[in-house]
Amino acid sequence: MMEKDTIQQALPLDQMLIEQYRKNKELITANDIQYVSKLREKAFQSFMESGFPHSGMEQWRHTDVDMLTEDSYRIEMELPDTKKDIEELFRCDIHNFDTETVSMLNGWYIDKESPLKTLPEGIVIGSIREAMKAYPQIFEKFYGKIAPQNANGFVQINTAMMQDGVFIWIPDGVKSAKTLQIIKIINKEEQLFVQSRNLIVLGKNSELSLMHCDDSVNQQSSLVNTVTEIFVDENAHLELYKLQNLNDQSGLINSTFVQQMANSNIKTNTLTFNCGLIRNNIHVKLDGQGSHADVLGLYLMDKQQHIDNQIRIDHNVANCTSNELFKGILDDEASAVFNGYIHVARDAQKTNAYQNNNNILLTPTATINTMPFLEIYADDVKCSHGATVGQLDQEAMFYIRSRGISADNARLLLMYAFAVDIINEISIEALRQRIDDMVKKRLRGELSVCDKCVLHCGAPEKDYHFDIDLSKI
Amino acid sequence: MLLNIKNLTVAIEGKEIIKGLNLQVNKGEVHAIMGPNGTGKSTLAAAITGREGYEVTEGEIWYKDQNIIDMDADERANLGIFLSFQYPVEIPGVSMTNFMRTAINAQREYRGLPALPAGEFLKLMEEKKKLVDIHSKLTNRSVNEGFSGGEKKKNEIFQMALLQPTLAILDETDSGLDIDALRTVAKGVNQLRSEENAFVVITHYQRLLEYIIPDFVHVMYDGKIVKSGSKNLALELEDKGYEWLKEQNQA
Repeated sequence: MMEKDTIQQALPLDQMLIEQYRKNKELITANDIQYVSKLREKAFQSFMESGFPHSGMEQWRHTDVDMLTEDSYRIEMELPDTKKDIEELFRCDIHNFDTETVSMLNGWYIDKESPLKTLPEGIVIGSIREAMKAYPQIFEKFYGKIAPQNANGFVQINTAMMQDGVFIWIPDGVKSAKTLQIIKIINKEEQLFVQSRNLIVLGKNSELSLMHCDDSVNQQSSLVNTVTEIFVDENAHLELYKLQNLNDQSGLINSTFVQQMANSNIKTNTLTFNCGLIRNNIHVKLDGQGSHADVLGLYLMDKQQHIDNQIRIDHNVANCTSNELFKGILDDEASAVFNGYIHVARDAQKTNAYQNNNNILLTPTATINTMPFLEIYADDVKCSHGATVGQLDQEAMFYIRSRGISADNARLLLMYAFAVDIINEISIEALRQRIDDMVKKRLRGELSVCDKCVLHCGAPEKDYHFDIDLSKI
Repeated sequence: MLLNIKNLTVAIEGKEIIKGLNLQVNKGEVHAIMGPNGTGKSTLAAAITGREGYEVTEGEIWYKDQNIIDMDADERANLGIFLSFQYPVEIPGVSMTNFMRTAINAQREYRGLPALPAGEFLKLMEEKKKLVDIHSKLTNRSVNEGFSGGEKKKNEIFQMALLQPTLAILDETDSGLDIDALRTVAKGVNQLRSEENAFVVITHYQRLLEYIIPDFVHVMYDGKIVKSGSKNLALELEDKGYEWLKEQNQA
């Protein structure tokens, strides 16, 4: 007999999902508008044909997803009853950092009393299952359209079976007064497979600063498959900070698709502090002239953790600029992949695209595979790429130690110095300082999976072994 | 005696560079070490300051009555040994100010002193900046990043002034300096000279020694000190060159 809200079978994940989709179709589509149901069916068919990507595929060659997808998981098919005190888990208090927070627990939107709300300035934020009924036109225009039709199996199965996620709509001309924060926490005593689906729409001349935190609060393993579609209309401005801090047993497949219209501007900063296996697909389409994208990231991995950043920027029209910079520090037997793909279409003249990936390997057993890839069909463009892999500079180590600074602190100083240009790109001061603290803690090996939100770290750090806040003196 | 090097042999990757060297330095003294390229002058500096990869295969380095050959570079620095680098290292991302504040506080901690409050540190910086005529715009930058050759050398003396070592080793501080920068650097060193500290000045040329007057001059050749004398020895070398040394030592 099947349990009411949780399902587990000793089947590989793909087979289990196919079976569950068939069995629970009514439940899955219960909140749907017709448009979304149709997409589900199509995506389900695609998933049946393709299944999950596997390490035999070029783009997945260096990431062993088979290890994750061949495992068995539980999935929650219905919104579980959550106790009131669960909200304590999500309290985030960064000093001086006023955010509007929405919370997801195990993939479900927590705030049942107001699953869809309109903030004073007109911003709409809430659960995607409520939003599609309230704003069907927006869904028909954008949902499932920013992610490419031929996306991989993780995206397909997300489209087919997603049941919750966050919807944000910033109407034309509206500027968010506060940073919006999505906190996603996985907390379950069983091995869960969680999907969530986000749709974020920025109207013309609008502004949004968004923080998206993925956290685990215990050591139970899980696999999270998130798909986020973002539309950025003309002259709109988006800052997106992704904080990833999950336990060593967790897998996170995170696919973000962005479409930018004329003169829009985005900055994404993906900060990975901890996770067993993580795959970030970030795909930005520059579809309007004069648009600009900064795609930045920092990853600090150790033990046997693995991170795979797949960045794709499509310069589809003329006069757009993009700037990619990913930096990583890998310790122990950690491994990383960086694949930066820039595609410049035939008419995309005056493109200016820059890409860089820098890595420090602290041990001989840490590995990085970095692959810049430029595909250019226009003739009047400026594209450059670079990749570096190195160790900590021994000359610099001796120089620092010769001034009396211990080997440990000299290492920290150099690692921090390496990471700091990504941190400095964080334009919200209170957030920048907190991330700065987190990076120092992480580099010292003192940052654990938080007992609450990743940023819920109480008072800012006081006990500096070294003080290298560049802004202070 | 502040520094007493006894029969020192140093190898890099198995190759002997210093071959039984003796040197004694007392507080209040300035020693110049001269000699042609490749005779082991910089290796000596590295061996005294504890650079990794410089293996002491024989002999002892006594500093303040302890043999320091097994100590790490940072511990030697904390005991008051300073090296002015021949090629100062650029460290992007670490500001000069924070680098020095970290260093001073590391040394204070080692000596059981509380950390220097930010205000006092800034005052100290201002005071020492004047000593070597270094511009604030440099000290606000990352360590040595984008500094000219002369600025880097001034920056070494600036760091020395802040850290107040008991034993300072200046490794070719004069190389790459124009005459004005040379004078500034020398002025800085002379103001720091006292009865409580000592300097070992490594140089090719007699020129620097016109500004930093040494008490003793040693000539190094093939990993050993082959001749020692007063400051007049430097003039003699300037006059005769190093060729005679080679002939004498090959004979």
